[in-house]
Amino acid sequence: MGRLLPFLPLVLFAVMAVYFAMGLRENPNEIPSQLIDQELPEFVLEPIEGHEQGFSNADLLGQVSLLNVFGSWCPPCMTEHPMLMQISRSGEVPIYGIDWKDPPGVGFAWLERHGNPFQRVGDDEEGQLAIDLGVTGAPETFLIDQAGRVRYRHVGIITPEVWNDTLLPMIEELQAQ
Amino acid sequence: MIRSFILALVIMLSGSVALASPGPDEIMEDPALETRAVELYNLLRCVVCQSQSLAHSNAGLAEDMRVVVRERLLLGDSNQQILDYMQTRYGDYVLLLPPVQANTLALWLMPFIVLIFGMVIAFVYVRKQSSKISDALSPEEESRLKKLMEDEGQL
Repeated sequence: MGRLLPFLPLVLFAVMAVYFAMGLRENPNEIPSQLIDQELPEFVLEPIEGHEQGFSNADLLGQVSLLNVFGSWCPPCMTEHPMLMQISRSGEVPIYGIDWKDPPGVGFAWLERHGNPFQRVGDDEEGQLAIDLGVTGAPETFLIDQAGRVRYRHVGIITPEVWNDTLLPMIEELQAQ
Repeated sequence: MIRSFILALVIMLSGSVALASPGPDEIMEDPALETRAVELYNLLRCVVCQSQSLAHSNAGLAEDMRVVVRERLLLGDSNQQILDYMQTRYGDYVLLLPPVQANTLALWLMPFIVLIFGMVIAFVYVRKQSSKISDALSPEEESRLKKLMEDEGQL
């Protein structure tokens, strides 16, 4: 015991190093969603200025859909946009947009300029729904099943890898049900 | 010279104090509610900049979350109800004081475990050191003592 005692700090260091190395592999920005397998909170979103229709959680029932939180002020949303356009054109899954904290008219102008991948866009200028959804930043995308439950949440940009490896397989599986 | 040095020091130190949020327009009319609001801001984590509380963050989302806190206060929610409200949306992460439960037990107990561990080591070490100090004299000390006493004519 006495002879091994000097090695104790080394052992402690090794244990902590392994623990912290595991921590490094996690993305601290990804706070786990509380909504997984839960129904969406009830909401009614007004249309953004320039659009006719907003949407409510009831509009998402009966189909598999993506719910995308974006804002014209958000550079990563700009990066993600072509991917959303591509998904929209492919017709694999309808995408609904939540225009988060954009002043009136700005979200509409942004969609006019870059194209509109959304079935419908709801206005969350105050950010109330974003908090109800536990959103921590834009873009964020929820995968909603036919019963209006959240099945998956993706934080950040939907890259082709995320789409092909994660979202599309889940969507196909849910659509087959 | 010293005076200007102290002045410079004060200016530099005060610069590090976050003068940001909550803004003056966020103060509630009722001072009792304002006190509770500030209390709650300090207990809730900004989910954008996760090492700051709502009281110290000027992120847009933190601002919105403070709005929700104030709205709930005006609706008459208790502090616990407001913390629960945030917890159901953002999970345990949003609480700066994590609840004591299975997956946080290590977090809560570790300081005490380390403290006890350190105390045991300190105790063992002190005991070991003190046992080395013996009352008996070594042979060299014996002979030196004998010589000294002889010199003094005691023997």
